[in-house]
Amino acid sequence: MSAYTGDELMEVNAARALAGAKTCFVGIGLPSTAANLARATLNPGLVLIYESGTIGSKPTRLPLSIGDGELAETADAVVPVPEMFNYWLQGGRIDFGFLGAAQVDRFANINTTLVDRGPDRPAGRLPGAGGAPEIAANCRQVLMVLRHSPRNFVAKLDFVTTLGHGAGPQDRKRLGMRGAGPVAVITDLGILRPDPDTAELTLTDLHPGVSVEQIRQATGWKLRTAPEPRTTAPPTEAELTALRTLKSAGKQGR
Amino acid sequence: MAEIRTLHDAVADLIHDGDTLAMEGFTHLIPYAAAHEVIRQSITDLTLVRMTPDVIYDQLIGAGLVRKLVFSWGGNPGVGSLHRFRDAVENGWPRPLELDEHSHAGMANRYVAGASRLPFAVLRGYRGSDLATRTDTVSTVLCPFTGEELAAVAALNPDVTVIHAQQADPDGNVQMWGLTGVQKEAVLAADRVLVTVEEIVDSLVPRPGGVVLPGWVIDAVAVVPGGAHPSYASGYSVRDNDFYQAWDPVSRDRETFGKWLEETVS
Repeated sequence: MSAYTGDELMEVNAARALAGAKTCFVGIGLPSTAANLARATLNPGLVLIYESGTIGSKPTRLPLSIGDGELAETADAVVPVPEMFNYWLQGGRIDFGFLGAAQVDRFANINTTLVDRGPDRPAGRLPGAGGAPEIAANCRQVLMVLRHSPRNFVAKLDFVTTLGHGAGPQDRKRLGMRGAGPVAVITDLGILRPDPDTAELTLTDLHPGVSVEQIRQATGWKLRTAPEPRTTAPPTEAELTALRTLKSAGKQGR
Repeated sequence: MAEIRTLHDAVADLIHDGDTLAMEGFTHLIPYAAAHEVIRQSITDLTLVRMTPDVIYDQLIGAGLVRKLVFSWGGNPGVGSLHRFRDAVENGWPRPLELDEHSHAGMANRYVAGASRLPFAVLRGYRGSDLATRTDTVSTVLCPFTGEELAAVAALNPDVTVIHAQQADPDGNVQMWGLTGVQKEAVLAADRVLVTVEEIVDSLVPRPGGVVLPGWVIDAVAVVPGGAHPSYASGYSVRDNDFYQAWDPVSRDRETFGKWLEETVS
């Protein structure tokens, strides 16, 4: 077994979360890596949907942007952006939304807008919402992938860009959200899933060699742990080879 | 009816100080050359509208021509921050930048309402997000049939929309293909329209997925081969991802950016 990095653990487990999925609305960056790896390994039939308007993209290398030419050239269909958001996403046709985030709180709400940097500095500006609020509202389920640190997993968001589970299990229903919302947050240390009763993110899986204490240290709130957290299977040779091939092809294409 | 004009003359006649200007193109077909002409002519106090401001608006903001930005995602795709945009928002440099910030679905629907000449559009959006608390262009409306509360977003009707397309014919009819984003809506929502094209052909041959805009909804067509670089025009060029990555260090520093502007655009 060859050695692997924390990022590779995260990417491989994020791809595994798409086993059995039919369609996935893919954010750029880590979500795109995960979704393309899923297509290259355990789910070759996965329909990748990018907000630039491509449905069924089959890139051979990781795209840099959501609008790289190969995404359109290999797609089953290319649709205008208003159609993508209104007919396909709002229309409830997409199984999984896959999102990254700058900050996440204990109910999997997302901030991608701004970060407070203290009283003496202006708030740090992030890119903003993009498609995320409606992806999280309208996909049947939402997966999230980001690196685990106290900066990213915070007790209170500086700004709620995208609603996950609000302040508890009733909020999505109260707001008329159609999808189930976030079902897993995959990090370089393990996997958090919302508790079925409280919707609070709970540690359910650790990656090999990672301790519960290590994950608690990297989380900005008092993280609850499932009674018997599982350990994820180490990445296989096939997964690592596919991941590294996608990444090096992506770099060569630039 | 569209007139075939030089880029200089078309920009000078159609885009004015204080205008609300939309330069659309979702990653593909971004009208960079027209933006650089705006910089050369120092057209200022602009309200810029675009779903993804991208490097094109980073350049206009850094050049000090922008008063307000209406947008939904302001990053350098796949690379990181737009540093000129951040400097303007965080530090007011080179001038303060007012923001009207949305989600992609909201922006797309604002253009649809604008093209439809309706006052607003409805969608299931913004629920539970702080976005709606910081803008006066998102509200709610009750469905008269079901009573469901829906998000309402105000129509966007730019004074001018500029897009880049692959081809025009001698009458100024325009065809684009590949990712066509929100350009049709942005064109039909605007009072004035400028299209830069890769080339003029004798007659337009229909393309799969092609969008044809009749010349009579366009004011001016300017021939600018490579006018979307470092974005791209499917069938003519590929996205210059190296440029997007190289933009990060160029834009990070005010002086380096100033030098770039001086050497490349002016």
